[in-house]
Amino acid sequence: MTLRLISLAVAALLCALPARSETIVAGLSQDMVSITTNFTGSEILIYGAVKREAPVPPDDAPLEVVVTVQGPSAPVVVRRKERRYGIWMNTEAVNISQAPSFYVIASSAPMDVAMSDTEKLRHSVTIPRAIRAVGIASEAEDAPNFVDALVRLEEERGDYAMAENSVILVEETLFRADIALPANLTEGNYIVRLFITRDGAVVDLHEEVIIVNKAGFERLIHVLAHDQPLLYGLLSLLLAVIAGWGASAGFALLRR
Amino acid sequence: MQLYLPIAELSVNAFALLGLGGIVGVLSGMFGVGGGFIITPLLFFMGIPPAVAVATGANLVVASSVSGVLAQLKRKAVDFRMGFVLLAGGLLGSAFGIWVFAWLTTLGQIDLFVQLSYVLFLGLIGAMMLRESLGALMRSRKANAPIRRSHVHYSVHKLPLKVKFRASGLYISVIPPLLAGASVGFLSAIMGVGGGFIMVPVMIYLLGMPTKVVVGTSLFQIIFVTAFTTVMHAVTSQSVDMVLAFVLIIGGVIGAQIGTRLGVKLKAEQLRILLALMVLAVCLRIALDLLLTPDELYSITRGVAI
Repeated sequence: MTLRLISLAVAALLCALPARSETIVAGLSQDMVSITTNFTGSEILIYGAVKREAPVPPDDAPLEVVVTVQGPSAPVVVRRKERRYGIWMNTEAVNISQAPSFYVIASSAPMDVAMSDTEKLRHSVTIPRAIRAVGIASEAEDAPNFVDALVRLEEERGDYAMAENSVILVEETLFRADIALPANLTEGNYIVRLFITRDGAVVDLHEEVIIVNKAGFERLIHVLAHDQPLLYGLLSLLLAVIAGWGASAGFALLRR
Repeated sequence: MQLYLPIAELSVNAFALLGLGGIVGVLSGMFGVGGGFIITPLLFFMGIPPAVAVATGANLVVASSVSGVLAQLKRKAVDFRMGFVLLAGGLLGSAFGIWVFAWLTTLGQIDLFVQLSYVLFLGLIGAMMLRESLGALMRSRKANAPIRRSHVHYSVHKLPLKVKFRASGLYISVIPPLLAGASVGFLSAIMGVGGGFIMVPVMIYLLGMPTKVVVGTSLFQIIFVTAFTTVMHAVTSQSVDMVLAFVLIIGGVIGAQIGTRLGVKLKAEQLRILLALMVLAVCLRIALDLLLTPDELYSITRGVAI
């Protein structure tokens, strides 16, 4: 009975995924990043293999791999300066409802080859697609310029990046991608998406999550500051007063 | 050595921070200024978010002022009565300033307002001090220099509610020091500074206090105004970074002790010329930022919707 159920389920699965002859088996070097006092960034290794039922027909288009890593999203205000009365000041502002704190695209070939435009749209793979900027047209005449500026500024800081040809792919089966996480990481869940494509079309996709958390002393400070702000403020003061008095007393001793 | 700051959420060089704290400490000990007007812009330049820089700067100023005031107490250079009057005004002004700060932040104009305040006040006070102290230096160099009266009678001395400030040798109304305290408290909350660089000249030129008690009394009231600001920021915006403050404080308290000793060795006039030049330099730097075409016209603020 159980055996029959399982074989039924397998049959149903096979029927549901007729085209899925190739699937991703993937792993991460770490699924948890702890931010501690001496945190200076981290390197994540994303590795995997393509599992297939039958050998690849020789006339098929080559297999490509695309990897995206996306940090937690938050609303962002983009402001622009203009000269008024001789001084430079912020005049126009645009609210962007959601923008990721970190976004990296890595691929085994140039992105134009690795994924078709339709698939990019469907899976929201490109950097502009990762930013949700709806209804900004009413806020400024040239609202798209503000989105471009956001992308440019984040790219300069190393928070957004396109790393074409950076995924190493061996024999269309084994692959690895090295993603550098910067030192100024925001806490939260980082979503890793892996795509395998042929002729620009997505054959399979796989998702993993990396949890980024403050750890140890950093965590303690952060939690205290947010849960017990008054106590935290008074502790900061105490620290300052003791340090000030201590230095004074220490120097007095030295002079004796 | 890189150090991760849990509230600012970025990592910075620990030795650069120590050095920064040290410089501010020396200023604090020498001139009786908290050093906030130097540290706040420098923290901005290091990429620390403005809210964190302002709140943590206030915390640092508490430490360097405690260290400085203890050294001044040994020289009996603190007028406690005057200090308390200034403080009463200062707390009221600071509370109002924190409210205005929050309001301007939502408008997105806080940076501009802060910069304009810096340019205006640093420029005015720097020029005033430079002129006065250069004049005094000139007079003292002449052989038959006229003897200055111990204190000059301004119109502020005609106001009611007169009180004796024995340590300062003054018998004046409490209204001018109360008002001075309040306006400095307001500015200190807006500009994220202790306000010593404004308070010192106000005490000397407006209230006519003798220079020897000015530094100690100013430090004394700065401790309480900045302590109030620190706790307010910690409660309202959770923006005090204890790790950042600790490293800056270590540099700062050592610097303050060195500064106090340097201050004793230098002449009062030279000291004031030095402070005036420094104030003018910071003023010029900020003014240039406002006047020159910036490299980047756009700026982004995360996690806030307007």
